[in-house]
Amino acid sequence: MSEPQAAAAAVTPDETAPGTPLLDVDGLNVRLPIDGIHRPVLREVSFSLRPGEAFGLVGESGSGKSMTARAIDRLLPAGAQVTGSIRFDGGDVGALTGAGLRQYRGQVAMIFQDPRAHTNPVRRIGDFMTEALRTNMSVPAGQARARAVDMLGQVGIEDGERRLRQYPHQLSGGMLQRVMIAAALLTQPRLLLADEPTTALDVTTQAEVMAILDDLRREFGLTMLFITHDLELAAAICDRTAVMYAGQIVEIRRSSLLHDDPLHPYTAALAGARPDIAQTAHRLRAIPGRPLSAFEAPQEECAFAPRCPHAQDACLAEVPDLIEIGGGLSRCVRTEELRGKLQGAFDA
Amino acid sequence: MHWRFLARRLAMLVASLLVASFVIFAALYLAPGNPIAALSGGRTLPPSSIAVLEARYHLNEPFLAQYWYWLKNALHGNLGISITLRENVSTLIASRIWTTAGLVLYAALIIVALGIGLGILSGLRPGAFDTSTLVTTAVSAAIPAFVAAIVLILVFAVKLGWFPALGNGTDFLSNVRHFTLPAIALAISSLAIVARVTRASVREEGRREHVQTAVSRGIPGRQLIQRHILRNAAIPITTVTGITIASLIAVAAVVEVAFSLNGLGAYLVLSAQSKDLAVVQGISLVLVTAFVVVNVIVDVLYAVLDPRVALGSRAQ
Amino acid sequence: MSAAIPVTAARPVSRTSRGWAMLRATGPAGIASAIVIAIATFMAIFGTFLAPYDPITPNLSLAWVGPVGGHLLGYDFEGRDVLSRLIVGARTSMLGPLAVVLGSMLAGVLLAVAAAWRGGALDAFISSGLDVLFAFPGILLAVLAAAVFGAGLTAAAIALSIAYMPYVARVLRGAALKERNQPYVAALEVQGASATSICLRHLIPNIMPLIVAQATILFGYAMVDLAAISFLGLGVQPPEPNWGVMISENQVGIPQGYPLPALAACVCIVAVVIAFNVLGERLFEQAQAAPR
Repeated sequence: MSEPQAAAAAVTPDETAPGTPLLDVDGLNVRLPIDGIHRPVLREVSFSLRPGEAFGLVGESGSGKSMTARAIDRLLPAGAQVTGSIRFDGGDVGALTGAGLRQYRGQVAMIFQDPRAHTNPVRRIGDFMTEALRTNMSVPAGQARARAVDMLGQVGIEDGERRLRQYPHQLSGGMLQRVMIAAALLTQPRLLLADEPTTALDVTTQAEVMAILDDLRREFGLTMLFITHDLELAAAICDRTAVMYAGQIVEIRRSSLLHDDPLHPYTAALAGARPDIAQTAHRLRAIPGRPLSAFEAPQEECAFAPRCPHAQDACLAEVPDLIEIGGGLSRCVRTEELRGKLQGAFDA
Repeated sequence: MHWRFLARRLAMLVASLLVASFVIFAALYLAPGNPIAALSGGRTLPPSSIAVLEARYHLNEPFLAQYWYWLKNALHGNLGISITLRENVSTLIASRIWTTAGLVLYAALIIVALGIGLGILSGLRPGAFDTSTLVTTAVSAAIPAFVAAIVLILVFAVKLGWFPALGNGTDFLSNVRHFTLPAIALAISSLAIVARVTRASVREEGRREHVQTAVSRGIPGRQLIQRHILRNAAIPITTVTGITIASLIAVAAVVEVAFSLNGLGAYLVLSAQSKDLAVVQGISLVLVTAFVVVNVIVDVLYAVLDPRVALGSRAQ
Repeated sequence: MSAAIPVTAARPVSRTSRGWAMLRATGPAGIASAIVIAIATFMAIFGTFLAPYDPITPNLSLAWVGPVGGHLLGYDFEGRDVLSRLIVGARTSMLGPLAVVLGSMLAGVLLAVAAAWRGGALDAFISSGLDVLFAFPGILLAVLAAAVFGAGLTAAAIALSIAYMPYVARVLRGAALKERNQPYVAALEVQGASATSICLRHLIPNIMPLIVAQATILFGYAMVDLAAISFLGLGVQPPEPNWGVMISENQVGIPQGYPLPALAACVCIVAVVIAFNVLGERLFEQAQAAPR
């Protein structure tokens, strides 16, 4: 195992004994053709998921969080160059083809951000939900429908039989996302990739759908990679959370500690930027500058340095490694000395 | 499917036909001179013939009443009498309608089989085949039917002698031979357009996010193409194909003239030249009706293929 | 410190430079097409001065004679120089479609903008009216017009304008609606500008790329339809030179072994139509991709 690998593996929820990770991402680099030239979108991404764990992946747009999920599910756009390894249950995901790949896809379910764009408008809900069951798992149609109705009930949709006959445009966004979740769970996957499943929904619906997702995940004991731009949301339902910036992982930590004891200046900034209803703020805190994609950020130094108030010359010398500290990982050369001083660092 | 949608579409069909038939009827009065002069095409008629015309067209009654009588007659199959041939217009139409129908159907078959087929193959396989299809369709889309007719006659009839240059055939098989070049001439530019639209639709559907969902669930390739790409692309493809086929109804006239086929279109042109207004009106009515009906069929097919149309959104 | 934000609607870039920019953006194919169109237009305007020989006076003793000397394309069925007839024929072949396009675009723009602006009952009325007008294919209406008013280019051109108008109005109505809902329109209304002035000075100029693209594509269609009508003998009448008429006049030469006159006219039509199609398609893509 490589250094960051070992460090990541060492950061486990205290209770469970270290076992074989279900998902193991090691040194993942992805380059995509943009305007004809291959540019990096993911740089040296490494983390592991234990079976049954909920792992959050937080970042702003362009941080590479969605791309990571796509890489895991082999859904990268054509022309993508991938180096590094992704191992699922010990097996190399990148080497899978044909039937093996389809079988892998049966074990990994992805829930997308915009349910309306991701459902076929000319096919009924019943068709959408049972397609994978009938095709890949040879479940007879009647049985598949029965299971679909049952699963709809579990996500809070009562008249499942009627819903199965409807078309996507006849359902609201929130309901459609529940259908998506139900459909994802039907194939009894072992890993759930949730790519900002509630971002496209309004706030009340968000809460409902999150609750359903969280409940069902625990009930079925699923491993989940939860992608979001909302640090608090990740902290609420994930055991551990990783923070991404400019295509790199900059921190991995127990979710409960992320807000109160951030290790990386960027995490602190994210946590501090959210307005708190319990406090009076004279001015909203924002991080100066704008979030960069991997290829826009400086390549030979800390990607966050240009926006970081704690940046020093050492930060500009080379790309920092992930340093293990306080039960977490941080990609900051000053992380030890800044420990405990980052909370509230971005006060106006 | 929602009956309300169907009923509304049928109502529009009737409205279109009413307006169209009104325009066709009103041509009688738009022509210079009085209706008798228009009907006679400038020929002098004996008083007995004039009396017959006056009675048949109710020329002494108010304008709208005349229209009503004319329409009623038309609906009963009575379209008047040809001033040049002195026969019932409906008989004259009936003897020629199968030529036109056969020609249009033959061309439609070519368009659907070749146009859609090429478009799908080209859309699913980027590469040399696709580029060559793009180039050839770009050129053929601009070839009008009568130009195609000339070239086809020159190459395949005169130089190569594979097909006859003119005229109808005698039985079914010889008809097929006689209609092949005309059908190709009629179809060629429409075929190119349909192929291009098909290709574009297939490409576009392949890029949609819901296809990603199916991929992420491990749906195998062939099923993916059939159930998620082609099925969805069928919507714009059917619409364009349908509209294109409808337009064949009018352009068939040009091809019939070029190939000396004894169809409705050629006869329409002849009657226009000899100012036989009753015939012109009769054939126009038939062609317009066919055109409108085909368009309505396209609309209905569209609603059948796309559930978002007839059912409306979010029926809770 | 913040400066007052000015409400800008149409930007004051000169129209000609914007036009050139649009043309350049159509790529080599678009520019080549524009050149072909320019040549045809030039011939249409100056044809009578450019034609080397008399295009009208027949000389039957020279009928069907092949290319010889200065007669690059030979003689037609009545012994006239084919090349001269083609050059002079450019006039009616281009003028007719121009009239059709102007007529249908003018009516189409007016109806589309009126419907989009007022919305409500007027829009419903115009839209259903247009839906009903779709019943007449262009050629059919032109034949009908020829039967009623006699064969000729004017009647055919008017008929085609009427037949095309619903298509133009439908396409432009969508664009006009989008424009109408733009914030700058509301801003101008609040400032007290009248509907007419907003439409004429801001809305229509902003959909001008689409209008130009549509007109270009339409020209190609009009050219084909008018040539077909002339081919049928119901449009331009002989001995007036016209590409469509030339095809029908010289068609008899094909089985007799003299295909050149008819073919030459075919090539002229196809070349110009392709040019309009290609240019129009590219202009259309540009109009759709224009950032708002």
